[in-house]
Formats: sequence, structure tokens, C-alpha cells
Amino acid sequence: MQTINSIQDEIIEDFSMYDDWNDKYEYLIEFGKSLGKLDEQYKTEENRIHGCQSRVWLHGEIKDDKLFFYADSDAIITKGIVGLLVRVLSGHTPNEIAESDLYFIEKIGLKDHLSPNRANGLVAMVKKMKTYGIAFQAK
Amino acid sequence: MSLNIPQIRADFPILNEKIRGKQLVYLDNGASTQKPQVVIDAESYYYEHQYANIHRGVHYLSQVGTDLYENVRKQVQQFINAKHEHEIIYTKGTTNAINLVAYTFGRKFINEGDEILITEMEHHSNIVPWQMLCEEKKCILKYIPLQADGSINIGDAERLITPKTKLVSVMYVSNALGTINPIEELIAIAHKNGAKILIDAAQAIQHFTIDVQALDCDFFVFSGHKIYGPTGTGILYGKEQILNEMPPYEGGGDMIKTVSFSGTTYNDLPFKFEAGTPNIAGCIALGTAIKYVQDLGIDNIRAYETELLNYATEKLSAIEGLKIYGTAKHKSSVISFLLDGIHPYDVGVILDNQGIAIRTGHHCAQPVMDHYGIPGTCRASFAFYNTKEEVDVLVDGILKAKKMLS
Repeated sequence: MQTINSIQDEIIEDFSMYDDWNDKYEYLIEFGKSLGKLDEQYKTEENRIHGCQSRVWLHGEIKDDKLFFYADSDAIITKGIVGLLVRVLSGHTPNEIAESDLYFIEKIGLKDHLSPNRANGLVAMVKKMKTYGIAFQAK
Repeated sequence: MSLNIPQIRADFPILNEKIRGKQLVYLDNGASTQKPQVVIDAESYYYEHQYANIHRGVHYLSQVGTDLYENVRKQVQQFINAKHEHEIIYTKGTTNAINLVAYTFGRKFINEGDEILITEMEHHSNIVPWQMLCEEKKCILKYIPLQADGSINIGDAERLITPKTKLVSVMYVSNALGTINPIEELIAIAHKNGAKILIDAAQAIQHFTIDVQALDCDFFVFSGHKIYGPTGTGILYGKEQILNEMPPYEGGGDMIKTVSFSGTTYNDLPFKFEAGTPNIAGCIALGTAIKYVQDLGIDNIRAYETELLNYATEKLSAIEGLKIYGTAKHKSSVISFLLDGIHPYDVGVILDNQGIAIRTGHHCAQPVMDHYGIPGTCRASFAFYNTKEEVDVLVDGILKAKKMLS
């Protein structure tokens, strides 16, 4: 099982292959398309992440003391972005998730490239995932 | 007279900016328009050479500032052909002007069971203030429904405007769809039923010649930043008699005649509605912006923008899987569209990466999106500094986005 940081490092390496943001978007789009659909029963208001122009849902569940995330969005680039976060954080303990330092966002230049609106959405996604971590930590 | 577009473009320094390494193609003029150098200079010249607070000072600079500020009021009066200078009230913008009317006229003259009529295409700023008023006064907010092409049916207006209607508040031009509303007819129907009517001209003031006396509307509001002027400036025009009957809005300096603990008397128009130190520099530069537009000639602007709209509509319509929302016969230079099966936000991001600025989302008109059952649209809105070449860049960008996202 990879650590959160080793997955982040992998993503940073993936992104370093592209100079052009166009290619990075291609990567996010293809990644978004490769992700499965979130089961309709989890597309609830409670699982909605607000602050994004598109609709984004995040479902978390605990299995063998590890927290697993499943996400979806009706915009494919957003799905790719939330998918990256899921790839980094899903399958780790609530404590690891709550304490994680998501340096890959800065390193791949994602935040700089997003409109403020979308950057807020990204912040909301991270916050929601960490909140899940904290909530399950307490249980 | 046709416009000299290269010369005009040279007046707008921001148009030379490179965005993400690409030449900026600015097609978000519906959200806000860029500023010519003369407007930027007017604001900074005032701060550098003429700044002081206005209306109160006995000293030289205060008088200079007061003259400049009040001259713009006269200029706006002439620009929209108001009868009196004091019918021109400075506001922070369209939203602020509508809220002013809701808070003062609405609170005094609209009561339980009375009706306020808007259209289904209104911007949130012409919905929410009325909803807030209705919550407080138990009055009823109704709307004229949209038709499939994004226009309203005048028959619906005739049916919905009744003696119960106290106020009709409608946008001249739809920011989300580009539809030009038949405001002359609406004004006539409103008055026939004894209702007052407010025209939200946020998307019209930069495109049409306005004559509020000929229109005979009761209120007319617009923002400075949509007519190439500074943000935080706007105008509320109201007929003298109605403005006089309305209670003040905010209390504070400038809006009073005398203040004592036994009672306060309010100032005359227009100052009654202008409490506090205003955006002096912004209002002065708004005057410069209006002059810039007048020098180009509103009719020339309108003709050129219509040409751009027709060209863009033809080019965009030719893209397979692209659907235009808002196809009314009378339209302003706005194109709202969606690519089949693709979220508008994704398109916006890919275009942004090519230096093309459009707007995506609900455009502060969620009921319009609900009407069409869509999450939002991509919107390209054109100004007189845009070119057919830029439309071509947009078309290439959309084709690229379509290829990437399909």
C-alpha cells in the first residue's frame, strides 16, 4: 500500500511530463473519463460539494479502519480534479487523511491555473475530505 | 460612419495583454466592459491633481471636485435625456439602484396583496430585492414567462399587468440570452393599469440611445462598469415627483438639511438619496467613459455590434452539436450556447487556456437555466472593440474544446 505522499509524488511526476497546460487538461479529462460513475444513491445534497460551478458529489465510507472515497461531477475536468484527490487520499486511515499535507496541488500548479471560482471549489473538496477524516477519527 | 476598430483597440491597453501565453480575446463584455486609457487617466488625474472631499469644503480643491462630480450628473441627464438634473441619483451600480427603489418606493407604496411583476429572464438583482420586500410586506411577486426563443409574449404581459400591479420591473436586455424586451409596450401597459415601471438597463445603456422622457418610464437604472466606466458607479433615474414622494434610503452626511436630537430634516433631490462620501473619482471617470462612447456614436456602435453578432451566430451555428439559447428576433450582442453532452464549465476552462475569456454558468439568472432545464451556458458577449478575427479564434477554440471533451 502506497503512502499519501508517495501517491502525490507519482502525480507530480506524471504532470512533469507535460509542459503545456493543454496536455495537462488532456490528462485530467482522460483521467476523469476513466473514473466510474458514482452510484445515484450517493448523489445526495449531503454529499454535494458547494463552491463549484458544476455539481460535485463525494461519498466516504469506512472499511477495515480505512476511509474510502468515491466522487463524481457533471463536468469532466472537475471530475478529473476530484479524482486526483480521491486517488491520493482514498484507502488511508482517517488520521492519515486528516493530517495529510496535500503539497501536490501547489507542485503541479493546479491552483494557479484555476479560476478563483474553481480554486474555491478545490478548497471545498479538500475540506470535505479532511472533515470526513476528522469525523471518522473521532469515532 | 463606420468605426475605426484598430484605432479603438489601441485605446484599450488591456487588449494587448497575453493570457497564459496567448493573446487575450475578451468576450465577457456582458459581465463587464474594459476601460479605455482616457477613463483610467481621468480617475488617476483626479487623485493626482484634484482630489478632496466634495460638497462641504470651502477650499479650492473641494470646489473643483464638486464641479467635476456635478458636471457628470448634468452629462448623464443629457445622455439619457432626463428632464431634470436632480432626477439623476448616483449609486454603486444597478443592483444598488434596484435595492434603493425596493427599500424606499417599495416600502412606502407597496402593501399587502399588491403585486410586483418581473419577467422570468431577470437577473437575480431584479428578483431578490422584490422577494425580500414581499417577505416583509406580504405583497406578491409574479413573472411574465419565457417563450422557447427567450422572448416574452406581450399578450402575457397584458394578462398579468392588472390594477393590482403596483410595480413592473424588467430588464431592457437579457444578460443571459441577449433578448431585447419590448419596453415601450410594457411601459404603456403598466401605465394603463396605474402601475409604475422600472427599466433595468444594465445590458442596454452601452448599446442603445436612451431617452427616458420619450420612454416615459418611472425608473431607469444602469451600472457605470458596463459602459466602459469604473466599477462601483451607477445611476438611478427617477421621475422627480416619485423621487420626492419616496423616503430616504441610507441616513448620514450629505442627505440631510439639519440634524438635531429633536429631529432631522432631509436634503432635497438628488442628495436625499446620496448619504456619505461617494465614489467621486469613479463618477468623474464615468463622465469620461460616457463621452468616449458618445464620440464613437451609439448608433455606430450598435451597427457594428449587430454585424459581429450576425457573423458569430452564423459561425457558431455551423458547429455540429452546438445549440444557441436565446434566438429571439430582437437580440443584443450576446450568444449563450452549449455543446451537446459537454458541461459549460469544461468548455470555459479549455477556452481560458487559449486566452479566450467567456462566461460560463447561470449568469445570475438561475430561473432562465431552470426554464431550459440546463445547468448553465457558455456565453460570449461582444463589444465594439471585438473583431471578426476574434470570433474566428473563438470558433477554433470551441472546436478544440469539443474535440478534447467529447
